[in-house]
Amino acid sequence: MSDDLYQALIVLHDRAPRHHGPLAGATHVATIDNPLCGDEITVRVILDGDRVQTIAFEGHGCALSRAAASMMSERAVGATTAELTALAARFAQFVQAPPDATEAPDAASDAALGDLVAFRGVRRARSRRTCATLPFRALLAALAR
Amino acid sequence: MDLTARRRAFPALDQRAHGQRLAYLDAAATSLQPRVVIDAVVDAALHAAGNPGRGVHLLAEAASVALDDARHEVARFLGADADEVVFTSGTTASINLVADAWGRANLGPGDAVIATELEHHSNLVPWQRLCAERGAELRIAPVDEDGRIDLAALDALLDSKVKLVAVAHVSNVLGTIAPVAAIAARAHAVGARVLVDGAQAVAHLEIDVRALGCDFYAFSGHKLYGPPGTGVLWARRAILDAMPPWQVGGGMVARVDRAHARYREPPYRFEAGTPNTTGLIGLGAAIRFVRSLDRAAVAADEARVHAAIARAVQAADGTILGRPEVGVVSFALGRVHPHDVATIADQAGVALRSGHHCAEPIHHRHGVDASTRASIGCYSDDDDVAQLARALARVREVFG
Repeated sequence: MSDDLYQALIVLHDRAPRHHGPLAGATHVATIDNPLCGDEITVRVILDGDRVQTIAFEGHGCALSRAAASMMSERAVGATTAELTALAARFAQFVQAPPDATEAPDAASDAALGDLVAFRGVRRARSRRTCATLPFRALLAALAR
Repeated sequence: MDLTARRRAFPALDQRAHGQRLAYLDAAATSLQPRVVIDAVVDAALHAAGNPGRGVHLLAEAASVALDDARHEVARFLGADADEVVFTSGTTASINLVADAWGRANLGPGDAVIATELEHHSNLVPWQRLCAERGAELRIAPVDEDGRIDLAALDALLDSKVKLVAVAHVSNVLGTIAPVAAIAARAHAVGARVLVDGAQAVAHLEIDVRALGCDFYAFSGHKLYGPPGTGVLWARRAILDAMPPWQVGGGMVARVDRAHARYREPPYRFEAGTPNTTGLIGLGAAIRFVRSLDRAAVAADEARVHAAIARAVQAADGTILGRPEVGVVSFALGRVHPHDVATIADQAGVALRSGHHCAEPIHHRHGVDASTRASIGCYSDDDDVAQLARALARVREVFG
């Protein structure tokens, strides 16, 4: 996996984000902003019991936050709140690792992250980590309501 | 000192950025410091190591003398008297000082303050809070599409209720120069005071507070090749004389008994606590450095580089906000988010600012939430612009 920040997968999700738009009948909603840049994201979820049935996000943000929101939403559909809480923690840990962290210690986590490993380059761009994690923070805030 | 010599004066330019030549185009956020400033700060930490105005021994005396020299240096720079120069931690502190000390004493219910639409948050939020607290009204003076303050619209807002007009000398987003003298004449005609936020002006324009006709002038040292945590509030002596203190405590009192304190004369009345001695001595050195430059030659170089940046942005199909005159060029690059532009530029060794630059209202005026900003100093050159142009081309490659 290359360390380039703007992986093709990230650019692709930025251009055509999944689950982007309004959502009627949401059971859980949260809006979070990034005071560093003024970016803002609203995540809306319809929970079926403990499981995410539908998710959508809106707002304005950079390529990293849009792509992260898009990939996160793909993973969220059908997942339980406990699974998403764990995924959010794993992703935060992943992007906060030192830039030259070896594959081995977090290989299992990397596998669990799936496409989200495309954000490996954020490790070298410390100030951009909050862009990548913003959607997860909004999702957790929504689920906590 | 020509441009080559000026660049040599700034040791920070020697470092590599992600393995590339460093193109530092973020001077409007904070400027680099020349060697003479760094040396002055180190020297102050060694030899002016005492507490200024608070001791009789050698190191305290050296601190007092050096700080006094710095104050005179600032006064000469502004065309003012030294006893009108209040040291602060920066523009934000200077403006908050005026809002808290002068504002509370001079603004009441039914009064009004005018700020312009292009103000930095530090020259807007203090007035929002002050007006809310005092039951006063905050009026916003509009700017046109180019970023020029609409004087006719300002006239319509000015009446006898207005006690203060707050205006940025140079916009930190649009790079436009405010007609301060014209604004001051209009404000004074209705009995209002004028506060000028000079943060973005001092590195680029010759400042003469008497000619500007303003009543308060605030700026930061770190945008004038000085250390961060240093700033200045200049105000007319008569205004300072009549102003109650801001923060109170040590160093600003003449006599204290158990129940009462008598305050010192300005400027010391407004300088409670031990100041940032080393930083302020560094600010004095920064101003000596600026005054040693051929400012006409610097202005000519800056104008050339500024125009070249605008051309590079346009060549990359960027849209420039307003019609910048000095220092900064803020732009949008299609629908690419400014943070992404700045990160890709960073990887190419180019330091840009992205975001709303602490001035949200003027971004909304231009229909955007954020922008990317290139800003220059006396060390910016044509190679910086060429590197910027390559970085913007790379942004286009990544985002298509």
